[in-house]
Amino acid sequence: MKLIVALVSGLLFGMGLTIAQMVDPNKVLNFLDVTGNWDPSLLFVMAAAFSVFSLFYWLLIKNRSVSLTGVPISIGRITVVNKPLIFGAAIFGLGWGLTGVCPGPAVANISAGEPKMLVFVVVMILGMKTSEWVKTRILS
Amino acid sequence: MTEFTPIIGLIGGSIIGLSAVVLLLFKGRVAGISGILNGVFTTDGKELGWRLLFLLGIVLGPFIAQLFGSYLPSNIELSWTTIIIGAFLVGFGTNLAGGCTSGHGICGVGRFSLRSISATVVFMSIAMVTVFLSSYLRGSIG
Repeated sequence: MKLIVALVSGLLFGMGLTIAQMVDPNKVLNFLDVTGNWDPSLLFVMAAAFSVFSLFYWLLIKNRSVSLTGVPISIGRITVVNKPLIFGAAIFGLGWGLTGVCPGPAVANISAGEPKMLVFVVVMILGMKTSEWVKTRILS
Repeated sequence: MTEFTPIIGLIGGSIIGLSAVVLLLFKGRVAGISGILNGVFTTDGKELGWRLLFLLGIVLGPFIAQLFGSYLPSNIELSWTTIIIGAFLVGFGTNLAGGCTSGHGICGVGRFSLRSISATVVFMSIAMVTVFLSSYLRGSIG
């Protein structure tokens, strides 16, 4: 059951990204290009995703400690706004601005078999591992 | 140039929001793609099954979207240099910040988390500045 839930959630995510066309880097780059050929579509995607999630979260999830399948609900417990958060977000923003690709769309594009997207996924994972290494060796 | 598509944006966005609701309500986990992907490649092997199935779902989801006439892009215009540098920065940055557009941008902001709102404001603004500067540079060189 828990595994089926994960699969269904993933299917919805990949489907939603494709229907919204957020899998197309040009669509994302044109959203970020506020002073150029601005395409505000991504704003509508974020607003809808935010509204649906937020509504259900505050109505149904906020006061629960376990999920409907009995697994404890795990939400990040760190609440401080610290340097790794801000530097990390800035580095991510730079990469996102260069490519128009974030982790979800990168994974969703795998089945198209475009070599550039496949390499993107591999190098992105290398970037994550490098950050893990930096966090354990330098930041702690 | 891409066409402004508010309706499919709202439909697709609602489905993404629903996806995050399903995962949190039934499985108790936040639908943060960067964290879930990174978790697959850890050595402890904990929580591997659901992570793999979630990612498999994202890979297969576009096939369902095809039934509604939506497709993945057939070619990516970005240069190899941009892909490699950008991908590394996206991986490094999301891991350091503990989330990306989904975990911070949708789930975190939806919970009104100050941490996630701060991260989202920072990555959105830096991405916009990056696009502005790179189109400016392309214009002055080319």
